[in-house]
Amino acid sequence: MANVDLTGSEMVIKALQDQGVEVVFGYPGGAVLPIYDEIFKQNKLRHILVRQEGGAVHAAEGYARSTGKVGCVLVTSGPGATNAVTGLLDAMLDSIPLVCLCGQVPTHLIGNDAFQEADTTGITRPCTKHNYLVKSVDDLPRILHEAFYVARTGRPGPVVIDLPKDVLMDVGAYIPPAKIKHKSYVPQVKPDAAAIKQAVKLLSKAKKPVIYAGGGVINSGPNASKLLTSFTQMTGFPITLTLMGLGAYPGSDDQFLGMLGMHGTYEANMAMHDCDVMLCVGARFDDRITGRLNAFSPNSKKIHIDIDPSSINKSVRIDLPVIGDVGYVLEDLIKAWKAAQVKPDDKALKSWWKQIQKWRDKDCLAYIKDDKVIKPQLAIQRLYELTKDRKDVFVTTEVGQHQMWAAQHFKFESPNHWMTSGGLGTMGYGLPAAMGVQIAHPDALVIDIAGESSILMNIQELGTIAQYRLPVKVFVLNNQYMGMVRQWQELLHGSRYSESYLEALPDFVKLAESFGGVGIRVTDPKDLDDAIRQMLETDNHVICEVAVAPEENCFPMIPSGCAHNEMIFGADVKTDEAISEDGMVLV
Amino acid sequence: MSTGIYGANIHSEEIRTHTIAVLVDNEPGVLARVIGLFSGRGYNIESLTVAETRHRQGLSRITIVTSGTAMIIEQIKAQLNRLVPVHSVSDLTIEGPSVERELALVKVAGTGEKRVEALRIADIFRARVVDSTNESFVFEIVGKTEKLEAFVDLMRPLGLIDISRTGVVAIARGPESMEGQD
Repeated sequence: MANVDLTGSEMVIKALQDQGVEVVFGYPGGAVLPIYDEIFKQNKLRHILVRQEGGAVHAAEGYARSTGKVGCVLVTSGPGATNAVTGLLDAMLDSIPLVCLCGQVPTHLIGNDAFQEADTTGITRPCTKHNYLVKSVDDLPRILHEAFYVARTGRPGPVVIDLPKDVLMDVGAYIPPAKIKHKSYVPQVKPDAAAIKQAVKLLSKAKKPVIYAGGGVINSGPNASKLLTSFTQMTGFPITLTLMGLGAYPGSDDQFLGMLGMHGTYEANMAMHDCDVMLCVGARFDDRITGRLNAFSPNSKKIHIDIDPSSINKSVRIDLPVIGDVGYVLEDLIKAWKAAQVKPDDKALKSWWKQIQKWRDKDCLAYIKDDKVIKPQLAIQRLYELTKDRKDVFVTTEVGQHQMWAAQHFKFESPNHWMTSGGLGTMGYGLPAAMGVQIAHPDALVIDIAGESSILMNIQELGTIAQYRLPVKVFVLNNQYMGMVRQWQELLHGSRYSESYLEALPDFVKLAESFGGVGIRVTDPKDLDDAIRQMLETDNHVICEVAVAPEENCFPMIPSGCAHNEMIFGADVKTDEAISEDGMVLV
Repeated sequence: MSTGIYGANIHSEEIRTHTIAVLVDNEPGVLARVIGLFSGRGYNIESLTVAETRHRQGLSRITIVTSGTAMIIEQIKAQLNRLVPVHSVSDLTIEGPSVERELALVKVAGTGEKRVEALRIADIFRARVVDSTNESFVFEIVGKTEKLEAFVDLMRPLGLIDISRTGVVAIARGPESMEGQD
């Protein structure tokens, strides 16, 4: 095909189509008007008009995480770009592939403090995997295709393209994607054979092994989850997942110990602490996972599979790094395991499982039941029970106690069905993310498990939900507090609830109705199931407000500065004593 | 310092100085990316030099002198390698023998005995006079950082008033290239 001359904005639309983009989330403004004009003239690329640019980025994240595709965002210069920054960093920390197109003032005005000018590449440099300022229309096709390549290759992440308005209006030759090859960025995806051999050797001798897997498995694609599941079942080893990894292994399987980390299960954390061989698959030893570093799993040999070499030895000493895409690595690992005809130490493994069972018997997620007030844990449990037989249930969350309860009590059987802000902990993530998921899966059940504080941070997106008739279900656990802040104030600051109580909350029922949706409020545990059923049966967007016990805390918990074997439980916490002075400085 | 996220010093290893060479695409913002990485993650930069070295391919070579424990240095290299415009990263300190040089321009003002002494010492250090007035010299001196430091120390009492230094440039000894063939 001969190269055809197109304007910059025609190239943008053409490149998005050539990259397989079906949906772009955005908000127009002066600098991107040429692109919006091109959007108007075509029907292939669908534009979803959000209510604020932050919503567009989270929506694209939800879209990307539930489909495995690159999410696409279009915002204008200045405030459009700066509003997108939080979402970009969120995607960066959770390794979500995005391409964010930002308008920019014309090149001759850059640096002049022009109207709606921001140094977008400067601002987004530390919040993106890579970014570009396009200075000439001749570079535009290459940069557009490169951006998609960079976003999805290796450890995925967000890429920003800053597009000055004159570049969008200039004419140049368009180049299709096949002709573009990146000159420097070629991450290693296939593992080193010697490392695989060593891993098999280490694992085969393990007496107390544990598999610890994370978001890297999900990013590698559904096949990686299948391979992880086969390897786990082949070896009979216990497995735990990070917040980002939930769904990478079937949540209801017996070999699954639950989530690990600060609000993980006792059995998962104790297994991590006491294991002799740890196989980390696509996770990064985040501080929410490790607890006190110098007491983290002190007696284990650690194998770390990761596509990003900078994750190796970042905080925890690794005995055997395996660099590569989790999918390829697991494939090779399974082959090598079978070829070596490994016989795991059955006797040791049996006694290891016996020990794990003892930890399980502690029933760490138990809470004190109440027949007058709805306990938040009960609300999540009932939501899970009433939806678990349906296929295609997608859950997003905001950030806080409700997020941890959802992670503890909702079980995910397959990858790409759980969307939560892990690394950055962005309140206001869940509603726009749910929107993006619902756009990608129009017939699926999409639930945003929310808290009343978080949901207000991006509540404007109800407008988007109404406009596109997205039947998103918002399940709000209302305890009238910023629950996690209140919990930390109780544990660390003598129950002085400084600014964590929300007065003047909206009437969530009327709020839903004002955007053309359905509002439900439930306060009595007896009515909880009916309320959930009503929400599920409604063919419209719903806010289901559940009035929950205001002072319920999220347990179990590894207090700040403590080790995995120093968890505290709901029943035995003496407030003020739970966290040492050293722990108080930590977040 | 190697401090863990929980404040504890997890590895009480020796802190060593390393010279790292980084080959990058010479594109706008690439230096900001490298410097931002060091400041954002709290690594030291003792010196940094950069210039385009392969015009045809548009490649620049950055030489960074940094310090840290073995674990920190490993992190720095991995983080540098993760930047999209970075082609290759070499730790010249541990990857075999290398040559390091730095250039300084040193301005010394004075008359009489001190002026003569400055000239005499410059001769010993093989520094060249690149500018002269009746009351000043500008010396050009090339060598290892330690040599430059020694020269500057000796010039200080003799009327040193200005120094401009390039920072360290370095290259591995032997026939191998870190840039690959053209």
